[in-house]
Amino acid sequence: MSNNKIGWNDKSLKEMLDESESLFKDTGRYFGIEKLSLKEEDPFRYERAYASLRGALVSARETALHVAASPIVKEIGELCFGLYTPEGDSLVVSTGILVHIHTMSEAMKFMIKNNYEEDPTINHGDIFLNNDPECGNVHTTDVQTIIPIFWEGELIGWAGGVTHQIDIGGISPGHTLVSCVQRFDDGVYYTCLKIGSNDKIWNDHMQTAKRSVRTPMYWELDEKCRLSGDLMIRDAVLDFIEREGVDYYKKFVREAIEEGRQIMQLRVKERLIPGRYRAASFMDLPFKDEAWQPIAKVNRISNQPLEIIVREDGSIYLSFDGASKWGHNVANCMKGAMEGGQWVLLTQILIYRDKVNDGAYLAVETNYPPGTWCNPGDPYLSYQAPWGNLIPAYTGMMKCISYGLFSRGFREEVVPGYSFTGDAIQGGGIYSAGPLKGERWSLSTFEISGQGLGASAVRDGLNHGYAMWNPEADLGDVETWDLFQGGVVYLARRIKPNTPGHGKFRGGANYAGVAFIANSKQIDFFGAREGMVFHGCGGMHGGYPQATGYRLYAKNTNLKDIFQQQKPYPISDDDPSDGDFEKLIEGEITRKHNALIYPIMLDNYDLIYFPMGGGPGYGDPLERDPESVNQDLNDGYYTEDIVSNVYGVVAQFDDEKEEWNIDQEATKKRRDDILNERKQKSVPFEEFWNRERKKITDDGLSEQVKTMYFESLNLSENWAKEFREFWDFPDDFLKEVD
Amino acid sequence: MTGEDKKTLERMINGELKWEELKPIISDRKDPSRFEKILDILHEKTSWNEKILIPLHEHLYVVVKDGERIVKCDCGHEFGDYRKNWKLKCRVRVRDTFETLEELYPKYMSSHPDWMELREFFCPGCFTLLDTESVPPGYHVVFNFLPDIDAFYEKWLGRKAPDK
Repeated sequence: MSNNKIGWNDKSLKEMLDESESLFKDTGRYFGIEKLSLKEEDPFRYERAYASLRGALVSARETALHVAASPIVKEIGELCFGLYTPEGDSLVVSTGILVHIHTMSEAMKFMIKNNYEEDPTINHGDIFLNNDPECGNVHTTDVQTIIPIFWEGELIGWAGGVTHQIDIGGISPGHTLVSCVQRFDDGVYYTCLKIGSNDKIWNDHMQTAKRSVRTPMYWELDEKCRLSGDLMIRDAVLDFIEREGVDYYKKFVREAIEEGRQIMQLRVKERLIPGRYRAASFMDLPFKDEAWQPIAKVNRISNQPLEIIVREDGSIYLSFDGASKWGHNVANCMKGAMEGGQWVLLTQILIYRDKVNDGAYLAVETNYPPGTWCNPGDPYLSYQAPWGNLIPAYTGMMKCISYGLFSRGFREEVVPGYSFTGDAIQGGGIYSAGPLKGERWSLSTFEISGQGLGASAVRDGLNHGYAMWNPEADLGDVETWDLFQGGVVYLARRIKPNTPGHGKFRGGANYAGVAFIANSKQIDFFGAREGMVFHGCGGMHGGYPQATGYRLYAKNTNLKDIFQQQKPYPISDDDPSDGDFEKLIEGEITRKHNALIYPIMLDNYDLIYFPMGGGPGYGDPLERDPESVNQDLNDGYYTEDIVSNVYGVVAQFDDEKEEWNIDQEATKKRRDDILNERKQKSVPFEEFWNRERKKITDDGLSEQVKTMYFESLNLSENWAKEFREFWDFPDDFLKEVD
Repeated sequence: MTGEDKKTLERMINGELKWEELKPIISDRKDPSRFEKILDILHEKTSWNEKILIPLHEHLYVVVKDGERIVKCDCGHEFGDYRKNWKLKCRVRVRDTFETLEELYPKYMSSHPDWMELREFFCPGCFTLLDTESVPPGYHVVFNFLPDIDAFYEKWLGRKAPDK
């Protein structure tokens, strides 16, 4: 069957999309809807309708994930499903990794705008596959399966599902790569490709796809998982129409999205204060000594200035004006990634309720400036790990919203940020002995799903239990991961001291892992998180940023002898200046400030260390209750020297009771000393201004800092004007760009 | 709305609520009068008499003084016109060496001075740490939040601001 006009009332999908966009532009309301008549006429029927669809999607997700085999999908549930209008606007979402809900909208709109109705045609039973960031995705590793839903010849909507792959056939094994510099390194690309008909995935596609990745079994089962969920959603929608009637469904989907838009604006008016909010976030991209490719061998800092305007009507304007240029690295972001990031933040800090859909997206106007990391405009760049920019950049949104929440009185909702979802150690190898000899294993641990959350204005941040970007902060079962990545054997997973951002309320703390390589050959290893800069935009109201990551590993070790002789081996790196690696093992130990590492080869008995991050702090640390600091010492979250320097708390360790106890008198004196030190070592603002300005004029900036300023000054007139006016520089200062 | 009485809110502000007490407040629907309740508590808590328009920060408030809207610290120090960045009136310390950064963070666990510095902004009156900025050297000071006070009162609360 080939249909030219598969939309409603003999319209094409393109005509429907044009009408939708035109009405929104003219009225500011979805499809120009002025009155939520279905809700007003019969609110119980309306709410029941929404709940039944929502329940169907959650059920589809919970059922479909059992079709998959990869621990990322099956164990931690890194998948989600959505139901969309014919124009590709999300109506209802499942639980799961919601970053992908709006990304699939963009894929559907891509198909509509590129006239898929004519070629390759859209029919009942067709299956489409997409993972192209240019037309609605975050990175190639997130793979989408989309099916149309028809009712009596009309396309009534779309169902879409996303899973996160173990491997995507990129330049190195893994799911979030670090060594890509162009599209062709990112792994296999599917650009809204039709891969099946009559509800069946074509054999030729499956044969090709399985040969395009390093983990073919997981690929095949993930595809079947997504399709299963989509088909369950389609059945649920058709049942709904049988029950409620197609006319009700058509009217309902539009009103529910308009209601979603109104809910967002009402929530903003309920929680925030109108005005201008700003935050400055950064990410280090230290590729100069890491990258293999000449074009990528450059150190850069990504400037991620965020401005949010909360308008009188409750709508939000969000702008990254002043952002750095795109790069020959993995961290570029397409529109889908940016909007996905915006979505995941909004659904967690403002609209965390069941009725979440693209209405919330419509209430936010965005500015992702062309030519920057958030809108490069070049599909041939690499988009493999946009998280490198997305995750730190959107801490700014959390902090800005928190300023508003605080001022409105909702201090319990304040969270100035979160840890970078790293260190995602990755790689893989081949078993060299045993029953699996010759089989491949992949290192893809999702320990990163348990990060430290930022402090709030009334309590400490959640310890090792939060991930803004992953569903439900679930690490999965370690036994399952052990089976999956059997060449990497854990020696320890322990609290890492001094990870939380300091403050009256400290950020969440975190842990670190130590593992060694066993029973394998041809082992790749790589990883990344921030190391040269503090993550994101730091603490709030006097709180400090959390500690940075760093890199530690050991090659050619004597670990085998240590095991045989039953001697102690490293299980932590509590004090990096006097580490157990150096004390307990012999070998080539690498310890670097920079946490990025391009793929290297490891061998059996090599050791790796992977610290997770804490959250940013809130408020002046000198206002932290000394008893809470003492508890931190006893819990191992801080060490004695740091609490003395930062919190002014002096404590002694009772060897007998094995616990820390505060020296009240010494603590009082130490806090007075710190206050005096603040008076002595701080300077009036004018003196700070002169000293700081001199760093720029005396050529005191490093290459990466200068490059950052050149890029932002060249890419944004507004940012350049503000920078130059602040430092009293002439209009042409630093205008020449390399 | 669970536990939204004044005493509970005071304890919440002071960080005294246990998780079992705080969780219902986070999970429940928000009290539409929360803003006014917090303002009442803050007026009682501060030692000066100016009317607070907006609580801007843990220690800073936009207040009305002699017909002007200014930023004021709870210690009494005044930062001037709220439309100008109060940080430009602070005392500042910059940590831009390993030596000063490693007073606060272990080795390898702070930013690298070639990439970033850590700024501390203190109130010139009480030397409370009001803000930190982790930014590359030479970055202009960030203006965190400029509230639209009149729009808030008139359009969202449905009444004139107290000084109007």
